[in-house]
Amino acid sequence: MQLFDELKTLGHKHVKVNKEAQQKVPTGLWISCPKCHQSFYHKDLGVYQACPSCAYGFRITARERLEWLVDDFKEMDTDLITKDPLEFPGYMDKLTKARKITNLNDSVLTGIAKINNQECALGIMDPKFIMGSLGTITGEKITRLFEEATRKNLPLVLFTASGGARMQEGIFSLMQMAKVSQAVKRHSNAGLFYLTVLTDPTTGGVTASFAMQGDIIISEPRALVGFAGKRVIEQTIHQRVPEDLQDAETVLAEGFIDAIVSRDKQKDTIAWLLEMNKKKGGRHG
Amino acid sequence: MVSLFERKPKIPKTAAEIVKAARSQDKIVASELINGVFKNFFELHGDRLNGDDPAIISGLAQLGNKKVTVIAIDKGTSPEERIAKHFGGPTPDGYRKSLRLMKQAEKFGRPIVTLINTAGAYPGRTAEEGGQGEAIARNLLELGDISVPILAIIFGEGGSGGALALAAGDEVWMFENSMYTVLSPEGFASILWKDSTRADEAAAVMQVTPTALLSQGIIDGIIEEPTSHRKVIKQVTRVIDEELTKLMALTPRELIERRHARFRKF
Repeated sequence: MQLFDELKTLGHKHVKVNKEAQQKVPTGLWISCPKCHQSFYHKDLGVYQACPSCAYGFRITARERLEWLVDDFKEMDTDLITKDPLEFPGYMDKLTKARKITNLNDSVLTGIAKINNQECALGIMDPKFIMGSLGTITGEKITRLFEEATRKNLPLVLFTASGGARMQEGIFSLMQMAKVSQAVKRHSNAGLFYLTVLTDPTTGGVTASFAMQGDIIISEPRALVGFAGKRVIEQTIHQRVPEDLQDAETVLAEGFIDAIVSRDKQKDTIAWLLEMNKKKGGRHG
Repeated sequence: MVSLFERKPKIPKTAAEIVKAARSQDKIVASELINGVFKNFFELHGDRLNGDDPAIISGLAQLGNKKVTVIAIDKGTSPEERIAKHFGGPTPDGYRKSLRLMKQAEKFGRPIVTLINTAGAYPGRTAEEGGQGEAIARNLLELGDISVPILAIIFGEGGSGGALALAAGDEVWMFENSMYTVLSPEGFASILWKDSTRADEAAAVMQVTPTALLSQGIIDGIIEEPTSHRKVIKQVTRVIDEELTKLMALTPRELIERRHARFRKF
């Protein structure tokens, strides 16, 4: 039984809306958090573009992140362009659009950075570049970043954001997982520190390779972190799964993430972790 | 007139036909392959952390005078078995067992042979909670400097990261009727064209066949696959024996450098 009989109350078809008046109200002033569903005034997103109530970090471009993260940055490999190995129809147009939105040549920004005076190699994946998918150039840029860091004896910080392997580049995307992993191994064998920062979303082939290979793995609050997509999981087990199955907080409780760090604390935390994990010398301390 | 004894010329299969043949019920299963190729196979169970994934059959075996570690992904035969093995989708326990045995092989200087037939790592809830991503990631990381030869054979499906975790070695050979993909053709069509019925078309675009992959340098060779399993076993045995002999002649350093260069070129 319903509490109110819809037929006897004023349904919206009886309320006249003044469409002209509606058009005068600007949209986008109020934002709803996709995670905690709280609404808030757009200016409350702030410079970090995080939800004021649950600290979820909204999806931002790599260049937006760079603005509040580093004191100095020298970008690398801006001219690499994919060879479109499958000659996939429509792929080039998709790339052109993605480049326009992100001002990047592919889904990761790489370079040598200074964060609170700590020098490091820095990579930031861009969720707005074809969902941060891992293609041949993404893999190549990250591999070169690890190689440069190994050559220069630098620690490496990588912000991950990815829907997984880049479908349009087929098996060549899959090979990137092995290629980057080997570069990570060499960097690690040189005694150098690798820090991963998982951001929303980190999934698929990126989770199953370099995102989970850090000496320390931190995550942004409420970021989606997982291997398989939720729909695929539900189709596999023929059951619904909890909404928070792949929340960073759940993954932390399962033992796969070291800590959750909100954006306002990231710069200081990263700098401190870089200071704490210097390459060891001859003596302890 | 065509003589009865004349061999029918082989018409190359289309990508869609290869996909179908790779998944065929008549496809040889991992246990038959292991017992046919090797002698004295002794199975080793468990990841020493959480459990034992039946989708991964692994252990010690001999091939002529070679001592090897064998790690195979098995889809199973009976319905019960297939369910227990998640139809050949390894769980995190399976990948951790695999890595444990690879490290053991390295300690005792044994080459590793992996036999792969999987649509992909098991994408269930428990696998997610057990760190499927981390398990595969660790395998890929450690494979970077395991100092013994790793020869991978894809004999059916080579599905995505779930296959790569056992295939990121020194050489990859594929059966004539097998595929190696970033995602199933159905999934590919569903994601890119929002239409999973266009799987055949996807298979053609994706370059999933051994011939296409060989020409791209993704794999190192193709193994002929006659209908008789006995003949198949003969072919595989010959390839494994020859390739291991070559790889075992390399020093650990040469091996790792070569493996690194193999993937660096992509």
